[in-house]
Amino acid sequence: MSTSTRILNGKVYDPINKVDGEIKDICIKDGKIVESVGDDATRIDAAGMVIMPGGVDIHCHIAGPKVNLARKLQPEDHRHDPHPGTPFTRSGSGGTVPSTFATGYRYATLGYTTAMEAAVTPIGARHTLEELHDTPVIDKGFYVLLGNNIFLQQLLKEGRKEEFKHAIAWWINSTKAFTTKLVNPGGDEPWKGKKNSNVSDIDEKPNSNDISPRQIIEAFIEAVNELGLPHPPHIHCNNLGHSGNYKTTLETMRTAGDRRAHLAHIQFHSYAGELGKNPTSAAREIADYINKHPNISCDVGQVMFGKSTIMTADAPLAYMLRGIAKGKWVNADTECESGCGIVPFSYQEHVYVHALQWAIGLELFLLSEDPWRIILSTDHPNGGSFMNYPKLIKLLMDSSFRKEELSRANQKAVNKTLLPDLEREYTLNEIAIITRAGPAKCLGLNNKGHLGPGADADITIYDDQADKEIMFNAPRYVFKSGTPIISNHEFCQDHDGRLLHVAPAYDETIVDTVRPFFEDYYSIEFDNYAVDDSYLHDHEIIPVRN
Amino acid sequence: MSETMLLIPGRSNKQGTSLNKGKLKEEYLEVTSTVEMNEDDMQRLQLEDGDRVRLSNSIGEFTASCKKKKSKDLPEGMIFIAYGPSSSRLMESDTGGSGMPISKNIEVEVEKVAA
Amino acid sequence: MSDNIKTVKNATCTFCGCVCDDMELTVDLDAKRITKAKNACVLGRAWFAEHTIQDGPAAMIDGKEVTLEEAIEEAAQVLTSAKFPITYGLSDTTCEAQRQAVAITDFIRGSIDTTTSVCHGPSGLAFQGVGESTMTLGEVKNRADFIMYWGGNPAESHPRHFTRYTVTPKGMFTPNGKKDRTVVLVDVRKTPSTPVADIFLQVKPGKDFELAWAMRALVKGHKVDSSIENETGVSLEVLEDLVQRMKNCNYGVLFMGMGLTMTRGRHFNSGAIMALAADLNEFTHFVAKPVRGHGNVTGADNVVSWQTGYPFGVNFSKGYPRFNPGEFTTVDTLSRCDADAALIIASDPAANFPQAAINHLGSIPVVSFDTKETATSKLAHVAFRTSTYGINTGGTVYRMDDVPITLRPAFESPFPSDEDILTPLRKRVQEIVIGKSKAKGAGAGVTRAASPVK
Repeated sequence: MSTSTRILNGKVYDPINKVDGEIKDICIKDGKIVESVGDDATRIDAAGMVIMPGGVDIHCHIAGPKVNLARKLQPEDHRHDPHPGTPFTRSGSGGTVPSTFATGYRYATLGYTTAMEAAVTPIGARHTLEELHDTPVIDKGFYVLLGNNIFLQQLLKEGRKEEFKHAIAWWINSTKAFTTKLVNPGGDEPWKGKKNSNVSDIDEKPNSNDISPRQIIEAFIEAVNELGLPHPPHIHCNNLGHSGNYKTTLETMRTAGDRRAHLAHIQFHSYAGELGKNPTSAAREIADYINKHPNISCDVGQVMFGKSTIMTADAPLAYMLRGIAKGKWVNADTECESGCGIVPFSYQEHVYVHALQWAIGLELFLLSEDPWRIILSTDHPNGGSFMNYPKLIKLLMDSSFRKEELSRANQKAVNKTLLPDLEREYTLNEIAIITRAGPAKCLGLNNKGHLGPGADADITIYDDQADKEIMFNAPRYVFKSGTPIISNHEFCQDHDGRLLHVAPAYDETIVDTVRPFFEDYYSIEFDNYAVDDSYLHDHEIIPVRN
Repeated sequence: MSETMLLIPGRSNKQGTSLNKGKLKEEYLEVTSTVEMNEDDMQRLQLEDGDRVRLSNSIGEFTASCKKKKSKDLPEGMIFIAYGPSSSRLMESDTGGSGMPISKNIEVEVEKVAA
Repeated sequence: MSDNIKTVKNATCTFCGCVCDDMELTVDLDAKRITKAKNACVLGRAWFAEHTIQDGPAAMIDGKEVTLEEAIEEAAQVLTSAKFPITYGLSDTTCEAQRQAVAITDFIRGSIDTTTSVCHGPSGLAFQGVGESTMTLGEVKNRADFIMYWGGNPAESHPRHFTRYTVTPKGMFTPNGKKDRTVVLVDVRKTPSTPVADIFLQVKPGKDFELAWAMRALVKGHKVDSSIENETGVSLEVLEDLVQRMKNCNYGVLFMGMGLTMTRGRHFNSGAIMALAADLNEFTHFVAKPVRGHGNVTGADNVVSWQTGYPFGVNFSKGYPRFNPGEFTTVDTLSRCDADAALIIASDPAANFPQAAINHLGSIPVVSFDTKETATSKLAHVAFRTSTYGINTGGTVYRMDDVPITLRPAFESPFPSDEDILTPLRKRVQEIVIGKSKAKGAGAGVTRAASPVK
């Protein structure tokens, strides 16, 4: 079979290259998009079809220790949704926390070809890399949790900013991570060490000699900026889920000044109202700030009605939700590094808070003026499975469908939002931005999210259909690195995908600074901690900015 | 003379170290076919250290040599043995829908084997 | 001893679930043996000392030496022609080998199960019922001021558990080690572990659930009748005092032994302990953890879970994983005479299983992998002799707290690793399966990739 392909007659949406629905040939050679290919190239007629770059998920939870605990926890979630194998693809199980193989194949069935696992403890990196190796088709990477790292906080307390920066770079290199992740910074110590308490204010210091969440956030933004990582710190703010938390979110964004920061699942951080009482929407305030500040990007973390699984490094939050769900609960403390909580959950249309969360997510999408910085996500599986993306796209593109759905949700809640009055409908070009071009740009992945020459030939071809949910649920063709994975709606080949990671330079003497802490407080040997290259399958180091 | 007692198979250091030498080797086989018994039980059954006893239930049986333990360490009516092929003989195959056969606290008949 | 000596630092002992990674091994490369294992416990020393290279064929069919290729081909034929093949074992091999074993089972549509099903399988079921508040072992070292072991004897099963991770180490918030902690042991008998305990509760055999449930009641402020002493062997006063200590500690830990899972109550016992730990979080920070046995049984749980969604007792006969302990677990598939071929990796069911299961195992073709001759390898149709993980081969193992560690092999073995054989076996099995599917005219693996959700 020739390694080159020409896709003809399709309507192309490639926002990075300013192509908005033109009929245009797309040529593939050796896994990349090229200007043209010879006459011997395989030809695919895409007449009546829509061509987009493969989707890029900037924030999901698909691999690693907490994901596997959530998988083990819920046989009931898998049983109703098996994923059959074929003689050349592996079987698996679905539900909100699918097995690794099902995860990769199912992303492919939505036309997604890249996904980023958003929260991994450093000590769990090896495990995560093993799972990602078993996650087929997609390219993938992960964000390493450093925001509650006790050693890094010690350096900050002592004002050792330079060593702090080098230690971050050392940790990223030692884990093969893509960027840093902060989750409820400063909240772990009160949770584990002060009988399950938490920080509630960005300027709070649990002990007089502690540092505040704001100091942690600021230090990370500064250090990661100096290291030139392609993606800035990925921040899960304090007070997730609490009424009135939008003030914390605004303060977090203000802490960034004009430096880049990415705010994760911002829907969960856009609540007005009084603490302890029912929330109301602060989507307007949050959207206004983001609209005016081009240094900020975010993903929405849309809530979708139905089954979800809460899994988070924000252990106090999961404990709070345990009180609501009243079912099984997992808490998992990781020495010196992180907390974690897991709660099976379900969002219900008639419940005030759930309907409000659903509406706030949609408000944020619709009030946002710059689609490049508001990325589509459900914080899979926290707001719902990534398998809901087609329905979410329909909610954004079809205002009459949105109104129908709205009419079924708790009216008291949705009427407290602007959603009933928002008529905006996303265009296909805007969808291509929030699901492909935007996340690729935010991640600094120059070869993803577009179809210009030199790009990775990760391509999705959908039948152009009026019902966008049906359309985005069933691509006719999916190419990964130029290989046809799905052809005429059916799997035709398997693919391993690649690991994407970064390797910022650092002063190697930092190892001597970290080592004594390890020897005192970790339970594994320092020399066995860093992950070696054998855990990388096919991989790509994304360069840092100079 | 026989009595009903509770058999508790478990791990021991000797079982663990001899396991590494080989499970078909004499040392392992000896370690896993020696039972510990309460001293009062042994006296009642007229047993001395090293005597042979037969342990049996509806599933199977094995013989082992016995070893005295003080009453404060091993309660009356309880027998300890290091896990192994012997203890497996008395395990029921029904797992009660769990996958796990009952492998501790197995009711057994204990009797002295004539020398 | 020869002059050809090397030292391996930070090597890992894979004998028990402690997976201590601070071994310093002295290796005689000519004699191909480890002469010293600094930092190892009594079990670890035996593990390293006894895994020497013994002459013998790497592959046998019906007791006769064959080439690896012949053995792999025969194994592939046996496994692909069976109607109900089972894979079992996996706790004493690397995750890399485990991943291949699950793949093989997926392609042959068999059952996969690990030694978990006869170890802490019931704790796995309890986990699915109630969840678990848990931790890595370093948290215990750094924070725990209350530690309770229930139904276990770590001094003999996990000799360094107390000294390396839980009781004696000095940690961040426990600068005085044992002095900063209260240690409680619950068991039916006194064991070599008992002396470490500040408080020892001797529970009547088979009454663990009753005792744990009474403690839950006390934690929640309910009244418990003094007859609890008659029932469980532990007095109400002792229980009340204990519960007060638990509620008042800063960071409490409950370790679960197999004394809970292997006896009356099984998963209910583990579930009661997990629920007790969860309940205590209303008052303070509290966690629980099963003390897992074999070197990489935790890795097996993890690999089977991420590849299938379920931890053990998984069957692929319908072309996708189904989970049903009691049906697809190995003691059951064997003693019910369901299985018609078995792939047994790094375990010895022919010695450790109930007799009915052993009898059936002896009547079907078995493919076995082991580093030494065992009862199982003796009855195997195809027997592979493999090298020892952590001593001869690298790879990944998971400690009992899910922390993965990379092995540092000490010396080369003439025998291949489990992964070295399982990988070509997986490829050959897949070839045969694809061939059969083509012969049926099914076309190369067509499944509907995507269908509209409506």
